[in-house]
Amino acid sequence: MPNFIQHLGQSGIFFFQRLGRAHILLGHILLGIPGMLMRLPLVIQQMYFVGVLSFLIILVSGFFVGMVLGLQGYNTLVDFGAEEMLGVMVSVSLVTELGPVVAALLFAGRAGSALTAEIGLMKATEQLSAMEMMAIDPIRRVLTPRFLAGFISMPLLAALFSAVGIMGGDFVGVGLLGVDEGSYWSQMQAKVDFYDDVMNGVIKSIVFGGVVTWIAVFEGYDAVPTSEGVSRATTRTVVHSSLAILGLDFILTAIMF
Amino acid sequence: MIFDGIDMDIQRGEVTAIMGPSGTGKTTLLRLIGGQIKPLTGSIKVDGIEVTSLSRSALFQLRKRMGMLFQNGALLTDMNVYDNIAFPIREHTQLSEKMIRTLVTMKLQVVGLRGARELMPNELSGGMARRVAMARAIALDPMMMMYDEPFTGQDPISMGVLVRLIRELNDTLGLTSIVVSHDIEEAASISDTIYLLSGGKVVAHGSSKALHESGSEWAKQFMNGLPDGPVPFHYPANDYAEDLLSAGVNK
Repeated sequence: MPNFIQHLGQSGIFFFQRLGRAHILLGHILLGIPGMLMRLPLVIQQMYFVGVLSFLIILVSGFFVGMVLGLQGYNTLVDFGAEEMLGVMVSVSLVTELGPVVAALLFAGRAGSALTAEIGLMKATEQLSAMEMMAIDPIRRVLTPRFLAGFISMPLLAALFSAVGIMGGDFVGVGLLGVDEGSYWSQMQAKVDFYDDVMNGVIKSIVFGGVVTWIAVFEGYDAVPTSEGVSRATTRTVVHSSLAILGLDFILTAIMF
Repeated sequence: MIFDGIDMDIQRGEVTAIMGPSGTGKTTLLRLIGGQIKPLTGSIKVDGIEVTSLSRSALFQLRKRMGMLFQNGALLTDMNVYDNIAFPIREHTQLSEKMIRTLVTMKLQVVGLRGARELMPNELSGGMARRVAMARAIALDPMMMMYDEPFTGQDPISMGVLVRLIRELNDTLGLTSIVVSHDIEEAASISDTIYLLSGGKVVAHGSSKALHESGSEWAKQFMNGLPDGPVPFHYPANDYAEDLLSAGVNK
């Protein structure tokens, strides 16, 4: 029992130490943002790596999720003779919930893990130390552009996910199951509110983008500089990001809806 | 405790070697000089400036006048040779790309790798990577250079090249060089002064010749590569016979 309490105490101290370091790092990153606005090519380059290279997984996943929504939604709505509402069901589900959440989970797995591994390996191979010895702040030169890139890319990827998902729903609902195309799109246009639905989804994706990228860069920067350390940091990024996304999703949903 | 009351004086314009068995804190010493870590007590002065009390920005200003070669080169793996050397120049100056090209070409010529400017770090041999890192370290014309185990894992030709480059760069650029190494012959051949570290203390120092002739047991063991001496062959352990007899009882 004393060992258990001791272990619990140690874990608690370790957790709060890491949390403190993560917040200090975030402070440094945020302080570097004004300077980074003068060096946009660095951010754009990173947007390519974290954003553009995530296109494929986001687009394919979005299309399949939309198709499933179309199929499930149709099967439910047709019992009530309300299959014309399929477009509304698919689009509201996507823009308010599935788009931001699933895109963020995919983003954490694809781009977040890559960011952690890259930064962790830069630390393990002394590239970050070398920068410090060249009087170049690695937080501002390496971490800030990556953080900004993730923060900007995530809402765009979520928007793409939702857009492609709606097309997936259209493909199944209209193309395969015979829902009227005019109803699918016009009901969607009439019922989906820009501020209550779309903007709330956008806010979610912005928050998720910031949190996932923060976790990813912190885990990389704080990684033990060995191959095992980087491997564990990468795993932590995916696990912690996923939990943070799902937890924050509930909180944001409770606040906004 | 890593260091215990060490007192070292690195002379301007000289090549000073810091040698000692693995794990004695040679690399840590370079990190202390570069301000990457701070000592609990004591003083470290570089060009008369107290490193331990500098603010981050003042430390960065001082580091612009220092170059450091890391054990594995620490080249930025997403950039080619040219961009690696141009990196500190681009970050710290507003020079035109034309001027940067001229400077990078000159640095590459010094290390003999002008023809390798387009290669990526993963296309370089270990020796070439260190020469590129050397060119990058002198890109801003520092006043001092620190070399962390520059000869480790090098073939004889690469080692010869690095030995010659360290000495020539020091003399032609008017640098002050600190070479951390446990390669006795190579480090001794280019250094004006050698400090031998062991157990967190300076156990001997002087010129290579003086250390070879020294009566110090530490110096004798290290300079002659003797397997046993003040640095024991055996890691401290309990009695051997007792250990054998207790087999099956304890691990």
